[in-house]
This record gives sequence, structure tokens and C-alpha cells, in this order.
Amino acid sequence: MKKSTKTLCSCIALALLVGFLLYMETLKTTQGMAVSILQKGAIFSIAAVSMNLLNGFTGLFSLGQAGFMAIGAYVTAIFTIPTEKIVAVYYMNGVSEGIMSIKRALSFLPEPVLVLLALIAGGLVAAGFAALVGIPVLRLKSDYLAIATLGFSEIIRALISSPQMDKITNGSYGLKNIPGFGGENGLGCLLVPFGIAALCIVIMVLLIRSSYGRAFKAIAEDEVAAEAMGINLAHHKEMAFVISSFFTAVAGGLLAMYMRSIEAKTFQVILTYDILLIVVIGGIGSVTGSVIGAFLVTASKEWWLRFFDTPLKIGNFQVPLLRTGFRMVIFSLLLMAVVLFWRRGLMGNREFNWDDIPRFGRWVKRKFTKTPATEGGERNG
Amino acid sequence: MSLTTFLQHCLTGISLGGAYALIAIGYTMVYGILRLINFAHGDIFMMAGYFMVFAVSSMPWPIAIVVVIVGTIILGVAIERAAYKPLRSSPRMSIMISAIGMSYFLQNLATYLFSALPRAYPEIPLLKRIFQIGDLSASLVTFVTPVLTVLLVIVLMSIINHTKAGMAMRAVSKDFETSQLMGIKINNVISMTFVIGSALAAVGSILYFTDRMSVTPFSGALPGLKCFVAAVLGGIGSIPGAVVGGFLIGICETFLVALGYSTFSDAFTFLLLIVMLLLRPTGLFGEKITDKV
Amino acid sequence: MAENVLHVENVTMQFGGVIAVNSLTMDVNQGEIVALIGPNGAGKTTAFNVITAVYEPTNGKVAFYHKPMVENYPKGKMKKLYAGQNSSAYTQSISPTPDKITRLGIARTFQNIRLFKSLSVFENVLIAKHMRAKQNVFSATFGLNAKEEARMRAETIALLEEQDLMHLKDEIAGSLPYGLQRRLEIARALATRPKLLLLDEPAAGMNPQETEDLGAFITQIRDKYKLSILVIEHHMDLVMEVADRIYVLDFGKLIAQGTPSEVQDNPDVITAYLGVDEE
Repeated sequence: MKKSTKTLCSCIALALLVGFLLYMETLKTTQGMAVSILQKGAIFSIAAVSMNLLNGFTGLFSLGQAGFMAIGAYVTAIFTIPTEKIVAVYYMNGVSEGIMSIKRALSFLPEPVLVLLALIAGGLVAAGFAALVGIPVLRLKSDYLAIATLGFSEIIRALISSPQMDKITNGSYGLKNIPGFGGENGLGCLLVPFGIAALCIVIMVLLIRSSYGRAFKAIAEDEVAAEAMGINLAHHKEMAFVISSFFTAVAGGLLAMYMRSIEAKTFQVILTYDILLIVVIGGIGSVTGSVIGAFLVTASKEWWLRFFDTPLKIGNFQVPLLRTGFRMVIFSLLLMAVVLFWRRGLMGNREFNWDDIPRFGRWVKRKFTKTPATEGGERNG
Repeated sequence: MSLTTFLQHCLTGISLGGAYALIAIGYTMVYGILRLINFAHGDIFMMAGYFMVFAVSSMPWPIAIVVVIVGTIILGVAIERAAYKPLRSSPRMSIMISAIGMSYFLQNLATYLFSALPRAYPEIPLLKRIFQIGDLSASLVTFVTPVLTVLLVIVLMSIINHTKAGMAMRAVSKDFETSQLMGIKINNVISMTFVIGSALAAVGSILYFTDRMSVTPFSGALPGLKCFVAAVLGGIGSIPGAVVGGFLIGICETFLVALGYSTFSDAFTFLLLIVMLLLRPTGLFGEKITDKV
Repeated sequence: MAENVLHVENVTMQFGGVIAVNSLTMDVNQGEIVALIGPNGAGKTTAFNVITAVYEPTNGKVAFYHKPMVENYPKGKMKKLYAGQNSSAYTQSISPTPDKITRLGIARTFQNIRLFKSLSVFENVLIAKHMRAKQNVFSATFGLNAKEEARMRAETIALLEEQDLMHLKDEIAGSLPYGLQRRLEIARALATRPKLLLLDEPAAGMNPQETEDLGAFITQIRDKYKLSILVIEHHMDLVMEVADRIYVLDFGKLIAQGTPSEVQDNPDVITAYLGVDEE
């Protein structure tokens, strides 16, 4: 395909997407499920791409995502909870004077600006934490790094729910009354998360394509060789860690807005695992894979596999196994199947390209005319 | 804090530490041989809890304990065969992801089979009997746990140091490829590791849950991570290290809770881990591994 | 006499009780091709790793254009264990990271080729341009360094053309045949614009014809890029052909040095090699 054709295709696809989102926004009341899946998909695609930036492109196996999302979520929530409702939120312990004065000082800002500012502030706070934690922790090798970052995320969670932080994080009561997407009239409930997600992902893609992105990839491939090419390991790893944490926290902020109320329990290790699974299914080292994975996983978890959870009777025959919880069992089995037999995930480490569509068509044709080729599973001594 | 309460907390801490130590051994042995953090180990421990719930309801408890141990061993080995063996030659990140996936699967499976609500853990009357020593009072399980832990470790150490299977295990943990070339049946050694690790996890689970009184599908996750931390503290790959690490974390945690910092007790474990990794990455008893360029 | 490029002084590298390199002293002068030879396990690659700061030496100094670049003295446990000489001669501890050494102008290749295997040939070379760029992460991300990026790409293409690798530009590095991987690794090292090039067994796995070509190639890049070259090699024919001077290591110790003909007749060298190597 020619380049101009591809650009045209991309433009058409983008226009269709915006049109679709606008259309869905008008159906918000009747299609609540679909809208909420789209919102969540957009949020998780940011989180997944930023995890991929670190785990896939830089080769740093970090499991601290939940902690950084928590930081982003709490900062965003504190900034955006309407001033008149904040006392009610902190009814148990009262609000810290510092928060009140910041909120008063910012009260002149219109809400959209405030939200944007809040998300960026959340990202910056998380980036600050990442910078501090990164200096010692990034010296560790693969699985030690994983367990240390996982530990860090648990430490953050404990700090948030500790009584000493009551006046800031409202301790174990969590924060409520966080404004959702699109304010009172509800317009922009999809465009806002999609817009922010697109912006974040585009920035990350630009980074990956830049000279720094190449340096990150070099580190992932071979640290010793990367150093021999003059790439400062500590500096570049720290940079990838900080940038990834920034965007993870933005995703956390959006998650707070999506959920409307958050508590420390929201950000357990399982949240990190969810993001990791999206990255794995999409393909480690593929941005488009992560984005597709985010929507696919969210939709199948919350929607397509939902019928597994409801008991079903065909005639007099009670279909066995179907009851609450079966959906997640199927989902985790699917995941294990991907991990074991389809290790490259949906996209491997490639990116989506318009050429893929005719190629995919040919592939399907081949699959159905010949016997399917076996994939993966080969072993050597 | 009076001396009596201090001693009481010590006792609780040592008891908790004993259970941790038994689980930590599973982590340290698997890591020593496969260089894999077996994220599913905590969930194997949780499943052992459920096995006990169902076993006791249909048979007398001494038989139930045996059934639970055997069941847990089968589960552990099955997980290794299904989720880790096919990935033996792939990058370490894939195997770790597989382990995380397995942990996720076990949690979901338990939620499906047993629902997310806590189940009452069966009381073994003998273990629950209250003993009184001076001003201290505790149920028998509190005294049994550390003693049993130490006994099992002694048995395990003598297996590893004095039997042929143990020698194979040591060889594999030193050098995977070379021992394969020397004709050691790697798969048997790995299965053996999982058998021992799962059996100890089952015993640990009985001791741990008898004190906690209920099981949920998620009650394995955090203790699991803590026990891995214990293994790292002690020096990964070292069994005495894992035991010391387990006791250390159990005691620290108990005292933090006693002092009113219960929200920090989990965080403290991880703080300990990060500090340890920075000061002495090889842990208390670990050996130094140098990378070859 | 030509200017001194690399000066290695009393370098000892001791791992626990094993002394991999023992008080090694050697020099590379401007425009020279110096060979470091010795039987397997003599400590040649360890010497490279000390020069490129992959290892911190236990004792000794390495200077580049008369400026100390790496320096260390026995510390901690090594104070007692140290079995080399001149332990009190050095007082400072300069231990840069390997990337600093590359930035100073020393590039290296590896014994077991270390390319970025899943990246393209072009990217492999382009990465070497990263360290000298003046961009920062923001300007690079948002394309504010377009000029610099274009320059980096142009330089890479020029280098690939000079090295006759241009037709392989988009190939994945790991899929190239062995000989080409070696050449790509050298091209990648050249892309860092080194003044001194360290080659670790460049002829390993090559057939006699390829080895002969390699000899001509080494002399050619030396002249073209005004390099000094330090090369570890087992192929004696190649060493005798290209080297201006030779250092011979055995069990970490320097046992002989001089011009090829001097070394060839040295009885110690013959003893060290007899029955050890095929030559």
C-alpha cells in the first residue's frame, strides 16, 4: 500500500472513531455498559502502554503500576472533589488545612482546566516518587526488580490507608464525590478519556520512535552492549521509569474519575496483574497490541464472557458449570493459553500497519485451505 | 509493655514466623533450581486451606491432614507440569508471567468453586487446647508450629545433604545445564522440589489457618509475597536463610501489630526487602552470583 | 615517537583467590595495531573488561591520552587477599561506568557477538550515535531535534555505505550470517567515533579466506579512521600479519612483548603455547 493511501485510511478511521464516540455519547443512558467499557478500555490502554514502555521496550520488569496509579488517583481526586462537598467526604477526620488552601486558591479555574491540572499534578507526584525510588531499585536485576517494585506499591497502599494520613487521604474511608467525565451535562464522557488517552499514547509512541526510544530498546536487548555504545544505563532506566510512572499515574487519575469513589483497596497488586495481562495478551513490545488488548480484555471480562456467569437452561437441560465466577475462570484459562501457546500475544513486537489487513485476509484464507501450522512449543536442550 | 505481654507477643510472632518459614522454603527451593519466583505458591497454600475445610468435613482429622498434604503435592506438581515445564527454555520474564497467570487462575478458580466469602477453618481440638505456662497462655498450635518447623527443616536438610536425590538437587541449583549433561534427570529433580515445597506449604497452611480461623480465595496472596520476601531476606536458595527470614518477618509483623501500626505491618515487610536488596542483595546467607560478560 | 594513546599500568584483577590479570603493563601508541595474545584463560578478555570499565580492577591504573581513566587499589576483603604487586602505588579510586569510556573514545567488540539482535542493521548502528547527540528527552520526543536526528541518520547511512553494509540496512541483525554479524559489530563500534578500537577475537569462527580478508580490513580501517587498535586474537597468521607489536599473556602474567618476529622466537612464548594451542 502507498503511504498516501495509508494516511487516508488512518484519517478515515480516526473520523469514524470520533463519529462513533459522539454517537455512543448520545446513547449513554441506554448503552451504559458499552460506554463504561469504552471508558475503562481507554484508561487501561494508557496504563498498558506505559507498562509496555517499561517492561517491553526497556526490559525493566516492574510491578509497581498499582502504586503509581494510586498516587495519580488520590492526587486527582483531592484536586477535583468540589470544594463544597469536601467537608462531607472527610466527615470523620477533617481535611488538612494545606489541601483546603490549595483548593481555595485554584477555585477560580473552570472545571476542565482543573481536571487537566489535577491529572498532570498526579503524574508529577508519581514521577517524583518514581525518581526517588528508581535510584536504588533500578540497580536490581529482573525478578528482584519485580518484587521490589511490587513491594513499593504495597508500601504506597499502606501509607494511603494509614491513620497518620487521615487528613489527606481520608485513611481507610477512601474518597468519594469525585466528578466523573464530562461534568454535569455529561457531554464528553467518552471524548475526554479517549482524548487524554490518545494524547498520552501519542506522546509515548513519539518517545519510543525517538533516539531515546532506540536507546531503551538497546537496553532491553543487551545491557552490556548498550553500555558499550555509550548509553548510560542508570540514567536511561531512570528516565524510562519516571516517564512510565507519570503516564501510569495519569491513568490512575482517570480511573478515579471513572470510579467516582476510590479507596486504598482499589489499588491492590491484582490491578497491576490486570495491566500485565493486557500487555501480555497484546504482545510485549507492541503499542497497538497493548491498546487492542486493553479494549479486548475489558470487553471480554465485563461483557462478552458475562454469559458464563449466569445459569442457563436449554429446555429441561441445566447447562453445567455456568454460575457466578465461571467467567473469571474461563478468562484466566484463556490467559494461560496465550502465555503458554501463543507467547507473542496478538501483535508480538510488531505494530499495526494498514498492510496487515490484506495480509490478514490472505492468512485467514491460507489457514482455511491448508492444515494449520503448529506454532510455538518448540524446545531445545 | 509488661514482660508477660512481651513474651506473649514473642510467642505469637515465633508461631507466625514458623508458618512463614515453611512456606518460604518452597519459594527458596524453586528459585534455587528454576530461578523463578513461583507467584502461585501463595495460592497453593490457600488451596491447601480449602482442601482442609473439605477433608475434615468427611473424615477424621489425622487422615484429613494426610489427604490435604497429598492433595497439595499433586496440585503443586501439576502446576509445574502445566505452566512452567513448557516454558523451560523461554526468557525468564515469560515464566514469571506464567506464574502470575497461574496465581490469578487459582484465585479465580477458588472464587468460583468456594465463593469469595470467608469459610470457617476447621478446628482441630487437640491443636486448639489452651496451655498455660506461668502467666503465658496460648493454644497448643502456637507451641507446635516453631517446633514442627525446626524439625521439618532438620529432616529436609538431611535429605538434601545426605541422599542422592538431595545431591542432585544441589547440583541442579548450582548449574542447571551442566547437571543435565551429567545425566541428572532434571524433570525428576524439579518435581521433587515441587513435592517438598508443596508438602511444606500444606503443613504451613494447617498451622497458619488454625490460628486465623477462616480462608478466602485471596488469603494466600499477601502471605505468599511476604514469604518470598522472607526467602530473599535469608538469601534466596538457602533453606536455613528462608527459615530465619520467616521467623524474622513473623516476629516483626506481630510486634508492629501489637504496637498499633497494623496498617504498616505489610508495608514494613516490603521496606525490609528493599533495604536488604540495597545493602546486601544476596541476603543473609546467600551466595554471590557474578554475571559473565 | 608517536603519542601514547592507552597506557595500562600494573593492572591486577583478582576474583577471590583467582588472579585473572596480574600486574599487567602495556601501551598502545597512536596509529599502532597492537595484539594481545595468549592461551585460553590467560586473562585477555578480562584485561579488555578492565580497560572498558566493565570490571573495576583490584589494583592499577589505565590512562587514555595521559589522562587517568580507571584507577583502583585493594580495598575491603582484597586488602588481605591481594596477591599482585604495587598494592600501595595507587591512592585514588576512579571507576567510571562503561558508557563513559565509550564517550571518551574507546569502542569495543565482544568475543561472543553482542548485537541488538532483534533490531535492524540500520538501528544497530544508529544507536551508537545517541550518546553524542545534544538533544534531551523532550526535544527528541516532540521532534524539536529534527536537524540532529537527520544528521545522525545521514552519518549512519554514510558509515553503512563505507562498510558495504548498505544493502542489508533493513535486515534484522540476528538473522545475518556470522561473518556479517562480526562486520556489523565492528561498524557499530566505528559509529561511536572512537580513537581507540578494541577487537576481541574478531576472527573467531572465520575460515582462512575470511581471516585473510579481515587482516586487510583491520589495516584499512586503521588508516581510514585514524585509529589505534588493540586486538585479541588466536590466529597467529593474522596477528603476525597485522600487528606492529605483540603482548603475550599467560596465566594473567605478561610473559613477552615486542615485534612479531621477536615474540615468535621467544622461548617463554613457545613453552606457553606448546601443547596448548594447535599452532
